[in-house]
Amino acid sequence: MKPSPFEYHAPRSIDAAVAVLAEVGHDGKVLAGGQSLIPILNMRLASPAHLVDINRVSGLDTVEVTAEHVRIGALVRHAQLEHHDGAYAAQPLLRQALLNVAHPVIRNRGTTVGSIAHADPSGEMPSVLVLTAGVVEATSVRGTREIPAAEFFLGPLESCLAEDEVATAVRFGRFSPGTGTAFQEIARRHGDYALAGMAAVVTVRDGVITEAGASFVSLTATPDILDLSAALAGATPEDADYAAAAALVRDHVDPDADIHASAEYRRMLAGAIAERLLPVAARRGIRQRSEQEATA
Amino acid sequence: MTTHPATGEALHTVSVVVNGGLRTAQVPARRLLSDFLRHDLGLTGTHVGCEHGVCGACTVLVDGAPMRSCLMFAVSAEGHEITTVEGLAARSGAAEGDLGPVQQAFIDSHGLQCGFCTPGFLTTVTAYLESNPDPTPDEAREAISGNLCRCTGYQNIVTAVCRAAELIEERGI
Repeated sequence: MKPSPFEYHAPRSIDAAVAVLAEVGHDGKVLAGGQSLIPILNMRLASPAHLVDINRVSGLDTVEVTAEHVRIGALVRHAQLEHHDGAYAAQPLLRQALLNVAHPVIRNRGTTVGSIAHADPSGEMPSVLVLTAGVVEATSVRGTREIPAAEFFLGPLESCLAEDEVATAVRFGRFSPGTGTAFQEIARRHGDYALAGMAAVVTVRDGVITEAGASFVSLTATPDILDLSAALAGATPEDADYAAAAALVRDHVDPDADIHASAEYRRMLAGAIAERLLPVAARRGIRQRSEQEATA
Repeated sequence: MTTHPATGEALHTVSVVVNGGLRTAQVPARRLLSDFLRHDLGLTGTHVGCEHGVCGACTVLVDGAPMRSCLMFAVSAEGHEITTVEGLAARSGAAEGDLGPVQQAFIDSHGLQCGFCTPGFLTTVTAYLESNPDPTPDEAREAISGNLCRCTGYQNIVTAVCRAAELIEERGI
């Protein structure tokens, strides 16, 4: 199908973009990559009267790596972030997760900030933002504000962005030395929406796990962090009780059933992924620490 | 600003370079790039299957990178360079009337039957081989995972991707 008619705005600056949004309010929608929005428009699940295309706004397409975070602007395409070596070195979870975002062709156009603003519980990058204690930067005519990831997601496809706000950037946090990460999801075909997915983070100090956590894809209504330290802390990566951690994961997730899989099957997958992924993250933690020491 | 004579919708002038030539048309903002290519420019080689980004039939190259033309508006493509299936042979340096290496490989390997999905495969595979010139069959299968074909069962398409890599090497493209 075709989208219903809308008035098209192509602002050249964020100030101009938010001025339009302030005027049109609930009738306005921001277009960046459009890889989630345009299907919705094509199927007429939504028919905003005004579309604010921010693709011509300059200064939004940069990836910035600092000691504390990886900051990306609203026009950074998934593919651009995926291939950014500095971002990968600073936060490996980004590339690990991005390789699972749809297909390469979609990643060429879709933006990481857009997929976070879309707040789809099947999206990979909202989970990564939460697990890295990230921040969303939002701008409106009322000013700018920073929203911690833990407060950003309100429900499936619902964020706390106001109707006059644009998410102009997000910042993914970095982990302390000795922290390993891993990401896996299970889908019917490579690139499809995940039946179940998980991002894992494990910190190892002096050969012993000190902290572990995970966030999920297609398994929770909004992305949240499950602290797995109770099951894993104090053990070495070789001897840790990953089955106990997997049991915590199965208890925590609350998947929906649909045509592709039952809730029980997804819950089982969650446990299986956890048992597979946590040792990988722990081993990477050890390696990450030894590499840090080698370069220090 | 001009308006559509029947619907009264505002019309935007969109100029894009398509297959090396500047093309301009006046279209409503909601005109998808896929429909712009087909209806406004008459380039019907780009096929429209699902119109929500799943099937991959409408894939074109935007500034050299494959993208779904059904998930872009023509107005957003303003100022960009588009390559459609009609432009692949020339892009590969093939002589007038000859096929590009990816097209030839699909014929050699029987990589198409009804042909509906083929333009999307050809554009996707062309871009893929530029960054991955020597894929294994497994890598080739993953490379085409975003394109649906309901005839072939994919085996011959995977073969065609590997054959195209050989042809590109042979032709020194």
